[in-house]
Amino acid sequence: MPAHFPVLSAMLWLPIIGGCVVLLAGRVWPEAVRWLALLFSVVVFAMSIPLWSEFNTHTAAMQFVEQANWIGAFNVHYSLGVDGISMPLILLTNFMTVLVVIAGWEVIHYKLAQYMASFLIMAGLMNGVFAAMDALLFYVLWEGMLIPMFIIIGIWGGPRRIYATLKFFLYTFFGSVLMLVAIIYLYLQAGSFSIAAFQQMPLGMTAQVLIFIAFLVAFGVKVPMWPVHTWLPAAHVEAPTGGSVILAAILLKMGTYGLLRFSLPIAPNASHALMWLMIGLSLVAIIYIGFVSIVQTDMKKLVAYSSVAHMGFCTLGFFIIFLVLARTANQDAAAMGMEGGMVQVISHGFVSGAMFLCIGVMYDRLHTREISAYGGVVNPMPAFAFFFVLFAMANVALPGTSGFVGEWMVILATMHANFWVAFGAAFTLFLAAAFTLWLIKRVLFGPVGNEHVAKMQDLNKREFVVLGLLAVAVIWLGVYPEPLLNVMHASVTNLIHQATISKL
Amino acid sequence: MSAFLPMLLVAIVLAPLTAAIIVGCGMRFIPRRAAHVLTILAVALSTALSAWVLWQMVFAGMGSYDINLYDWGSIGNIQFNIGFMIDRLSVLMMTVVSFVSLMVHIYTIGYMAEDPGYKRFFSYISLFTFSMLILVMANNFLLLFIGWELVGLVSYLLIGFWYTRPTAIRAGLKAFIVNRVGDFGFILGIALVLAYSGSLDYSQVFAHASALAGQHLELFSGLVWSVPTVICILLFVGAVGKSAQVPLHVWLPDSMEGPTPISALIHAATMVTAGIFMVARLSPLFELSDTALSMVMIVGAITALFLGLVGIVQNDIKRVIAYSTISQLGYMATALGASAYAAGIFHLMTHAFFKALLFLGSGSVIMAMHHDQDMRNMGGLRKYMPITYFTFLAGSLALIAFPGFAGFFSKDTIIDAVHDSQRTGAVFAYWCVLLGTFVTGLYTFRCVFMTFHGKERFVVEHDAGHDGRKELAPGHLPHAPRESPWVVTVPLILLGIASVVIGWLTIQPLLYGDFFGTSIYVAPGHHVMQKLAEEFHGAGAMMVASVTTPTLWLALAGLGVAWFFYVFKPAWPAVLARWFRPLYLLLLHKFYFDEAYALFVEAGSRALGRMLWIGGDGAVIDGVLVDGSARAVGWFSRILRRGQTGYLYHYAFVMIIGLCVLLGWLLLR
Repeated sequence: MPAHFPVLSAMLWLPIIGGCVVLLAGRVWPEAVRWLALLFSVVVFAMSIPLWSEFNTHTAAMQFVEQANWIGAFNVHYSLGVDGISMPLILLTNFMTVLVVIAGWEVIHYKLAQYMASFLIMAGLMNGVFAAMDALLFYVLWEGMLIPMFIIIGIWGGPRRIYATLKFFLYTFFGSVLMLVAIIYLYLQAGSFSIAAFQQMPLGMTAQVLIFIAFLVAFGVKVPMWPVHTWLPAAHVEAPTGGSVILAAILLKMGTYGLLRFSLPIAPNASHALMWLMIGLSLVAIIYIGFVSIVQTDMKKLVAYSSVAHMGFCTLGFFIIFLVLARTANQDAAAMGMEGGMVQVISHGFVSGAMFLCIGVMYDRLHTREISAYGGVVNPMPAFAFFFVLFAMANVALPGTSGFVGEWMVILATMHANFWVAFGAAFTLFLAAAFTLWLIKRVLFGPVGNEHVAKMQDLNKREFVVLGLLAVAVIWLGVYPEPLLNVMHASVTNLIHQATISKL
Repeated sequence: MSAFLPMLLVAIVLAPLTAAIIVGCGMRFIPRRAAHVLTILAVALSTALSAWVLWQMVFAGMGSYDINLYDWGSIGNIQFNIGFMIDRLSVLMMTVVSFVSLMVHIYTIGYMAEDPGYKRFFSYISLFTFSMLILVMANNFLLLFIGWELVGLVSYLLIGFWYTRPTAIRAGLKAFIVNRVGDFGFILGIALVLAYSGSLDYSQVFAHASALAGQHLELFSGLVWSVPTVICILLFVGAVGKSAQVPLHVWLPDSMEGPTPISALIHAATMVTAGIFMVARLSPLFELSDTALSMVMIVGAITALFLGLVGIVQNDIKRVIAYSTISQLGYMATALGASAYAAGIFHLMTHAFFKALLFLGSGSVIMAMHHDQDMRNMGGLRKYMPITYFTFLAGSLALIAFPGFAGFFSKDTIIDAVHDSQRTGAVFAYWCVLLGTFVTGLYTFRCVFMTFHGKERFVVEHDAGHDGRKELAPGHLPHAPRESPWVVTVPLILLGIASVVIGWLTIQPLLYGDFFGTSIYVAPGHHVMQKLAEEFHGAGAMMVASVTTPTLWLALAGLGVAWFFYVFKPAWPAVLARWFRPLYLLLLHKFYFDEAYALFVEAGSRALGRMLWIGGDGAVIDGVLVDGSARAVGWFSRILRRGQTGYLYHYAFVMIIGLCVLLGWLLLR
């Protein structure tokens, strides 16, 4: 790839162009829709690999930077760039998009071209969000992303999809509006929409706290953090499988990404002052939601709630740094917490995506998500059972799977700060085991539950490929996480530095 | 030598893993024969190489060896490595684990011959061997934890191996979750180790162990604990889960739902001893805290005596042996608590052989009984299956510590060590382990007599045809019981020989020689073993001296009582059970642990979850906050809507009023 190739623009626009091509193809050449969608998603993923292979791990500076004037009058730029925090997320986005396209292959019959196009456009917008270095560009893409998701749930969703879409939209829009106010305020102070300028600008405590809260509402809804999480189970339950996968694997990551890109570096003093709020909310997510997950009767709701609990580890890892540094001044332990949270972000993308795909596989056969409608699925579907158990174990954070790495690092980092916080976080060990494996027990094991289960067909080749790819990712990250950590080091060190320098 | 040693160690670990992956992934393509040939060759390779390393260490003067294989992840100075530490302790464990695993692999050919999950089973037990090997070979807490969790995973999969049986899958789930409660403590302990010593490598942590001793931690305001005490208690919580100590022992009896070979391998010989191994491995830390060691000793002693009592009233042959395993693990823990780590590991090793033997023997019996495990349907089997009988008898004598048999040397040493210990709780522990020998003799020989002696309580129905065509009631067999095939009896004989000789062959070097060297650390002043060493004059003298000790006579008394009630007067136990009904029920219900957990933990967490879900998420967050704010907006707009009547005269009226008010305000201000 040539050195000056605008790879990030390609990440942003190529999927969107692909989406338009697919839409067009839906009119003139419907047979090609699937292959075109697959082609575009694979090409985009392939083009994002150099982001990883040519990434300079020694610098925290933005890389692959592109810069152009957009709205000169307001000093708005079209500027893109990635660092060790955003680059893995772009790869994750493009990887999951390929899987979602394959997963929808034979399952979607209604308005197939529009379905594929929505996911492609979505991928472009999400790539843009992760790459944007200009706050207004970020905001536009952030809001733009709601539209395809809204359509995906609203058109291909379940019976109560309208309620779910409204809840989803209002919740996230409510947060976004506050974020817009905060961005405008920052623009007025800095005279530019550049995120880097926001990060370097001094800011009074009151302003910081207000900005932190405005961002917290926007990002907290996306993560989602307790108590603004109730849109997630509703949205997941109604979303089609692909929608759930992207929702869980990527969309939630926007929230954690925003916390890292905006909240911590722009309002470091407020972040420090409000750390106990964040730690407390994270622990509530881990413990409270863990108990709530146990009693779910709908498989998707169960995994949705377990997502909330797992995302609690991300926010815990991000905000424990202040406590670690206050107690021990151990920079490495603080970095371990933050990197643990970030690994958890990536891992949760794989694992929750895989869990939703597994549920989708069963839903395609029996058209119900009720746990009680299943039982003994392992009998007709042994290959499927293998994958489902594997991903369940990743959900339980078994060592050797990706789910373990983040939780391990976060718990170990937290212990540097406070025994009881680590104690609370460690509840996940048996809560996650209880809700995940109880699900596995009721769905997979036992004698064949009913005659519908008996007729279930085992995985076809397409499903096998999708789950197989995810299994490779989950195990690779669990056995050898060092490459991923290595990519993050410089950026995390820099971020911790930013978050601990007073801006008052 | 040292150039190819790393490769050799990797080969020991990867051979079973590779076999497990090939057999597991190629399950549909490879023939049955290939499944067992491949896995057995792999485990045999591990066994041979482990034995070779052991030989090199003991006879060729090879030193211990610590190597990092790769960097799992590192954050500045915090480094997580994957690496092995090979010393006397780990190499002993490697040899025991791979040898017992090899025996179980061979035995499985016979035991699982008819099972449709034959290949899956071989894949699992090879995977288990891999996991257990990395657990014992680890040179840091991370790899220890990885192995620790992976053996738990395989245990879960194997307990639920017959996945259509509701009891089996429930037992698997229970085992996993209960173990996770232990791991809860374990991971916190590991986290504290990192927080206070800055490293997870054993060598680093041990080198700086003394620096931990002076540090304190305020857990509750005003209540200050020493750091090593907190660390060791938390780590021991992990061992309580994995090694089935009170009160987390409840999963082990239920794990008997799994196939018998894994009861022998995982739930008797190897995995459940991981907790014991861990404490011995981490002896430099445990030695820093008398409080933690007292706790280890007391928990172990309670487990040794009281869970043994439960074994007396069980009727399922495997459950009796399971309770005996729990009780013996309690003995090992008691030894650890008395700082007699070597004795604990010695008992671990002898127990691995004789308990694997007892389980495999019971499996042989179960095969003969057509998968009926109820001892009330057995009796008089010794004439039908002599090899099984004599090997089982050897294992039983080893278990009750009959002089000369393996268990005698290890268990007597433990009891003597506890007797000499000065630690808080040692007197209580001594009485527990002493009375435990009577209980052991009683339940062990109750099992032997009920199974192999006395009247035949099964019925042979010759006209029932061959297996499977007609379902027979428990206790009804289509033909007379027969001895098992050679793949079953050969492992029994090999393990039987080991159960007889391993004790007196190894007691001298293991306990009183310098076998463990620096791999086990005992603080000055904690040397109970040194005092025993002064009194030790060889294995033969120890056997002779045992005649004067209460342990032998208590064990024989147990044996005698068992003979009296189960051979001489078989009708009496039922009478006794009626007389002492409350006590009998207490033991039959295993002290009601399961019932209490079902009520408080299972039902409790479900109720809590439902309350948080319906009350918290549903009523408060959605009901009040989300829908409430939506309702508030709706209510507000309904009020506003009243103004939007659409009648021109209303609007005109409001405009006039407004104008008047405005003018009035302007004029009057």
